[in-house]
Amino acid sequence: MAADGGDGMTADVAVLGVGMHPWGKWGRSFVEYGTAAARAALADAGLDWPDVDSVVGADTVRGGYPGYVAGATFAKALGWQGARVASVYAACASGAQAIATARAQILAGLADVVLVVGADAAPKGFFRPAGGDRPDDPDWLRFRLLGATNPTYFGLYARRRIAVHGDTPEDFALVKVKNAALGALNPYARYRKRVTAEEVAASAVVADPLRLLDICATSDGGAALLLCSLDFARRHGAARPVRIRAVSTVTPRFPNTVLDLPDIATDSAVAVPAPDETFRASIARTAYEEAGIGPEDLSLAEVYDLSTALELQWYEDLGLCGEGEGAKLLREGATAPGGRIPVNTSGGLASFGEAVPAQAIAQVCEVTWQLREVAGDRQVAGARVGITANQGLFGHGSSVVAVR
Amino acid sequence: MTRTRTPAVSDWFTGEGDGFRLLGTRCTSCASVFFPREDSHCRNPHCAGGALEEVPLSRTGRIWSYTDSRYRPPSPYVSNPELPWEPYALIAVELQSERIVVLGQTVPGVTVADLTVGMEVEVVPGVLDEDAETTWTTWQWRPTGVTA
Ligand SMILES: [Zn+2]
Repeated sequence: MAADGGDGMTADVAVLGVGMHPWGKWGRSFVEYGTAAARAALADAGLDWPDVDSVVGADTVRGGYPGYVAGATFAKALGWQGARVASVYAACASGAQAIATARAQILAGLADVVLVVGADAAPKGFFRPAGGDRPDDPDWLRFRLLGATNPTYFGLYARRRIAVHGDTPEDFALVKVKNAALGALNPYARYRKRVTAEEVAASAVVADPLRLLDICATSDGGAALLLCSLDFARRHGAARPVRIRAVSTVTPRFPNTVLDLPDIATDSAVAVPAPDETFRASIARTAYEEAGIGPEDLSLAEVYDLSTALELQWYEDLGLCGEGEGAKLLREGATAPGGRIPVNTSGGLASFGEAVPAQAIAQVCEVTWQLREVAGDRQVAGARVGITANQGLFGHGSSVVAVR
Repeated sequence: MTRTRTPAVSDWFTGEGDGFRLLGTRCTSCASVFFPREDSHCRNPHCAGGALEEVPLSRTGRIWSYTDSRYRPPSPYVSNPELPWEPYALIAVELQSERIVVLGQTVPGVTVADLTVGMEVEVVPGVLDEDAETTWTTWQWRPTGVTA
């Protein structure tokens, strides 16, 4: 195992600071959200911007050219100070790739202190592909040929769970009820109102069997982390910082037999048998192996609930329960506050709405607050190990394990 | 004026009526099948890569899952904003002999209420949209129990 590295500690980096700009629809530039989050992370770490050796930006494709070079955009807005810069894009997994880049620089000794920032200003309504006629782009083709929006893929996955595992729309609604109750306690969440199962059931169907309140919205928001070497953390007086122990950024293995956004078809398994585990399960397994832990060691998990049904899928992919047992785990209360393994204590995407390049970073912010035991009314008692999980369009795994 | 019938995407399907088929490609070295068609190189990581030949896909398959689109999708999907939005169903279909799942719209008139996972469907030619000169054609899935 690479992460063991002989003494078992060499692969850790410290989370010295975290910061967020509240999620919402603020109508301003992503640059403003990102720099606000960065300044909050710097203040949280007790560092000044000129102390930062390197800045890694998670790109947005919705902010014009500055969005494609987010690292430099944030560095300029904070004031050029000569730091090394990188900008990464991996759809919903962009934040994890930014964290992975920062971590690699720190572990390689190229930088002591790295600022990771992601921010987005979301459009109204459905995400849509970039403009122009591009018949060789699967993302353009799925809209042109099928009108297959993101929610229709979530609908397909949800219907499949109903057919194969016996999940019900009521199970899905309970995910929303749980996450909305947690989001109501989170000052950074966009939706801060509790929701009842009746309200979910009364909301309009968007993509059968999913209703409006089963599906996450798109939001403005920004999140940032200040990562550093353990040596730097010690010198800086952080005796027991939260540590990132694993970052999984794996791709699928051929043949990928689960229909994946934005694809129109799966790979064929006619010549090569399908792998033993799905892509999503491999994302979590890789993170567990790198961290040298298993699902039984977790205190909490932040998962990408693009839809309520997808949260149940993550329970299984993370190994919190067996295949098909996600709804049972939810109904038992295991994933609620006070349960065996609380999931989405932040309120999840259900309460935030997705701000693509910021979201995977925001997941790590929540895990950090939980591990520091400063999460207030959302606090998981005695939290020691947290995992985040997410999957970016076009085959991007994303999972971070943090410990304290 | 007569519109020209033109595929909305080139070389993904061929034929009329019962002869209508989706077109994929197959690696002559490892026999992996690709849809949408892969014409440059086999994507099996363990295959050195053989020539890719065009193959028609199975005409029938079974529903892996289904959903619908209750709201008007954004461009480049084409719909008439003057008319009320009519939801249509989308089906992901598992083709047995190719071991592949292919997404498509259902034929008009079939709704999610008519569908179940595992139901047999067949691929048929359909119309995606029309403009002044062109009828843009596509593939659609139709339950085999339905004739229309
Ligand atoms: Zn091959």
